[in-house]
Amino acid sequence: MADLQPDNPYARDRFPDPTRKVEFSDEARKRFEHILTRYPNREAALLPTLHLAQEEWGWIAPEVVHYVGELLDLSPATVFGVVSFYNMYNQKPVGKYHLQVCTNLSCMVTNAYDIYERLCDRLSVNPGETTKDGLYTVTEVECLGSCGTAPVVQVNNDYHENMNVERMDALLEKLK
Amino acid sequence: MEPIKVLTRNIDKPNSASIETYVAGGGYEHARKALTTMTPDQIVQLVKDSELRGRGGAGFPTGMKWSFVPKNAPKPTWLLCNADESEPGTFKDRVIIERDPHLLIEGMIISAFAIGSNPMSYIYIRGEFHFGATVLEKALEEARAKGFLGKGIFGSTFDFDITVHRGAGAYICGEETGLIESLEGHRGQPRVKPPFPAVVGVFGGPTVVQNVETIACVPFIVEHGADWFKSFGTPKNTGPKLYCVSGNVKKPGVYEFPMGITIKELIYDHCGGITAGRQLKAVIPGGASAPMLMPDEIDLPLNFDALMKAGSMLGSAGIIVLDESVCIVDAVWRLAKFFAHESCGQCTPCREGTNWMESILDRLERGLGRQQDADLLLDMADNIGGKSLCALGDAAIGPVISSVRKFRDEYLYHVTHKTCLPGTKRYRRLDMPVAAH
Repeated sequence: MADLQPDNPYARDRFPDPTRKVEFSDEARKRFEHILTRYPNREAALLPTLHLAQEEWGWIAPEVVHYVGELLDLSPATVFGVVSFYNMYNQKPVGKYHLQVCTNLSCMVTNAYDIYERLCDRLSVNPGETTKDGLYTVTEVECLGSCGTAPVVQVNNDYHENMNVERMDALLEKLK
Repeated sequence: MEPIKVLTRNIDKPNSASIETYVAGGGYEHARKALTTMTPDQIVQLVKDSELRGRGGAGFPTGMKWSFVPKNAPKPTWLLCNADESEPGTFKDRVIIERDPHLLIEGMIISAFAIGSNPMSYIYIRGEFHFGATVLEKALEEARAKGFLGKGIFGSTFDFDITVHRGAGAYICGEETGLIESLEGHRGQPRVKPPFPAVVGVFGGPTVVQNVETIACVPFIVEHGADWFKSFGTPKNTGPKLYCVSGNVKKPGVYEFPMGITIKELIYDHCGGITAGRQLKAVIPGGASAPMLMPDEIDLPLNFDALMKAGSMLGSAGIIVLDESVCIVDAVWRLAKFFAHESCGQCTPCREGTNWMESILDRLERGLGRQQDADLLLDMADNIGGKSLCALGDAAIGPVISSVRKFRDEYLYHVTHKTCLPGTKRYRRLDMPVAAH
């Protein structure tokens, strides 16, 4: 339950904080206006607007939930309902590099769990957590739709395919 | 059987995604032919005659689906392309999206014209395919610049444009009504059917949701006719087909064959056989939801009807090959976890049942299994199957039922010996917490 987790950013006593207001940058606002022209009503623009917000701020903070709600004439509860349903909307800040390891069946039988374990060990994080320097978040994700080149790791928006522990180590060296 | 290059004819060309390459190969001429020389009814009949069946998982006859769209409906009709491709083991739509996006666009123009679509439509692409979305956006710009999208295409009265709508990580949004709900800006929870989307779908209007590969077949049907399409495969299982092979094979990837190549030929003659020369243990022929097949069943042709008759399904043609080193209980646990995670939560049998199945399999893996667990899993499956609003419940029980029936000895071994069968390996790390969502 949202209230019971002490570090939950959406906990009732912190949501909303009226002193924290956000607004899209001019460029994002332009992109938002364009998005609106592609849908017959405001509510349908919710998912693309949330993607835009996540590009802007990295995660969907409580004040962003309110802001998006105002932009689209939706209640914060409705917006949060959508945010919490979909895996890709971050409900807490993520590191500069979000390392998403697929561990579904085809990746699993080509040793994806080796990579996942290696990342958590090497970066000293628990699954789902971010390193203290804010550089890396390691999460386990469902099938990324690239099983022919398994195992696959998605770093932010990019797919890294045919991975193994050595290649993951080498990739980490490049992601600083 | 030799591989064919119908749907994949462009993908290996340099700059395969560009409109110049596509037009140079005769692209968009079939849309011109459809829009300027055929009527929508003629196109629907043509697709019906071709016996094209949906390639997203259900295998529903496409022409018949289109014929359900009422004419002169009070609300606009919508064509939605389902590019959500999230079924484990499936990665064929990605090939078309990233390497021949114009094939999809041309297919959509013809399909939209055939069903009487309004001037806007959507490609619902899974959020993780960020690169695919950018390729599509670029291709759409190119098509608009050449007048293949926009007002009065090819001088006809048909106005049409496409918007790329990115999903946000939910397998259930690949279900047609889940997709519709998600497009409307809601939590992607499927709707009760009837009413079917062809009657009441997105934004209240008649809606046809089609998979990428299905739409990609349409230009070829217009170009060459129904008989040509039926020359691939067997009656009611027609056309060129993209097969995805992954798991423990030497050459995983997307392979195109006429519908009906056997599992054995695909794995051994084209994919190099099992990795490290090991023995085959099980094949999942149609993505994670398809019941498993044993090594003595691999002479079955990979088409809709033969696999259904054998108790499995072609589904999304995501063939996952498991070799003798895989612990079946471990593999099924991972699939059970997937379905439990992806259950939208509306229906009690699915929401509770998928989680219970995952937790029973988890206990079995940890050496806490009980004698009755295998039958308990079958009982759970019986309480989920056919009792949920959408097919995710039915999908979730496929691997569980088939593995308990075909590998009961492995389940019992986990109960008596509290570990995997000798020679098999547990890939999962029992000590790593499973991140909740």
